[in-house]
Amino acid sequence: MPSPRYHREIPARYRLEARRCSDCETVIYPPRKVCPSCRGQDMETVHLSREAEVVTSTVIHVPPDDFLNEAPYAMAVVETPEGARLMTQVVDCDPSQVGPGMKVDLEFRLIRKEGKSGILCYGHKGVPSTR
Amino acid sequence: MREVAIIGVGMTRFGEIWDMSLRDLVVEAGLGALTDAGTDTVDSIYVGSMSSGQFVGQEHLAPLMADHLGMVGVPATRVESACASGGLALRQAFMEVASGMSDLVLAAGVEKMNDGADVTAVLATASDQEEEVYYGVTFPGLYAMIARAHEQAHGTTEEDLSWVSVKAHRNGAKNPKAHFRREFGLEDIMSSSMVAEPLRLLHCSPVTDGAAAVLLCPLERAREFSGQPVKIVGSGLATGALSLASRPDPAFLDAVELSGARAYEMAGMGPEDVDVAEVHDCFAIAEICCVEALGFVERGKGKDAARDGITDLGGSTPVNLSGGLKSKGHPVGATGVAQAVTIVEQLRGGAGELQVEGARTGLAQNMGGSGASSVVHIFQGV
Repeated sequence: MPSPRYHREIPARYRLEARRCSDCETVIYPPRKVCPSCRGQDMETVHLSREAEVVTSTVIHVPPDDFLNEAPYAMAVVETPEGARLMTQVVDCDPSQVGPGMKVDLEFRLIRKEGKSGILCYGHKGVPSTR
Repeated sequence: MREVAIIGVGMTRFGEIWDMSLRDLVVEAGLGALTDAGTDTVDSIYVGSMSSGQFVGQEHLAPLMADHLGMVGVPATRVESACASGGLALRQAFMEVASGMSDLVLAAGVEKMNDGADVTAVLATASDQEEEVYYGVTFPGLYAMIARAHEQAHGTTEEDLSWVSVKAHRNGAKNPKAHFRREFGLEDIMSSSMVAEPLRLLHCSPVTDGAAAVLLCPLERAREFSGQPVKIVGSGLATGALSLASRPDPAFLDAVELSGARAYEMAGMGPEDVDVAEVHDCFAIAEICCVEALGFVERGKGKDAARDGITDLGGSTPVNLSGGLKSKGHPVGATGVAQAVTIVEQLRGGAGELQVEGARTGLAQNMGGSGASSVVHIFQGV
């Protein structure tokens, strides 16, 4: 991944930075210019809670090359209390136990490596909730 | 708007076609459509291809295709909407004829997927790179999440998914151009290797080479070229959020419903008028979601349709009698045009063992990515 592309995504990926539309209150993650609900452009920056609930999930058995050593692993669409949804891996548990309704905490983790001398790519992964 | 008809169809066999290149495939399908219509000229060409650049390193496909069809100078346009590229090419050709700008327009679709590219990585470019692919999801993974959401909402089981594949292969076995002409039993499907839970290998469409083409002209000129022209009576295109997390309901394909509604409105018809349909079953769950979104069954009832024969030959709306993407194969850019070829054959009464008796109205639905674009066409025999 070219470094400018990686750099641009850091606020959303490292700090879970999102936007709240000032017109309709929709929380948008990752941030966008235009609200997908009302087309408003007046936004304030918010940070997502580091807790979420699984909306839907799967266990990947045939992974992309960069994730070969991790399969099988669970992936899920999770929803935070602010109503934002994001795609994430769910780790530190038996992947077959991950399913809709499961509560997870979002932890800062290594996501992938760009080859032997490339960027170490970080972001968030879900882990079973301690709440 | 002028009325538009299809006057010629052409299609390569689908499969791992080692002895043909991207351009060979396009030429065979294109010449097939021209020969079928008894003409050797066109006014304009559209070609749909998802990613010839990444699959075989060849962009700038439109002039290449015109050149190799012996038509240098003819206007040619390449369109892309991931796996819906073929359906989009057909729609653009339809609009160009309907507008009065051109009379004879060729719509082709092609994909050469088995020439050594990293297919999983190329296909993943149709989903959201920043929000989905980065975290390690695959295309089967996205549809698996749709399947699990459908299970959560409607109780759809792995067995329900498997009946869709059983039907696809039972019909595809009778299609001489299908990639996998072989029947599979329920046990075979349910014991195939796991790809992304709950989707197994035999719930997934294969990696296929192939091309298809159709020739369009104004209805008023159709009889000059064809004894059995087929009218395009409706065309609908719609978009949805690219990323699954941004969709209101991951168990429902909004863009499919919207594209269908637009096509039905243009045609002045509803789902009950459709005698035969081809829908985009890139994964078994996709057929279940599409028959719901197109109104062939009630929302939530898609899971029973294949098992109960509702969508099989003899049912109320036979779906994917060609074998669908599952058995016929899914050369992504070609699929939307190949669906139109299948429907035209049905409406001409030339579908052999798979013929729906008296079929008069047909529908083809082709979608991109995990459902972020969908194009629907409705066809009628003249």
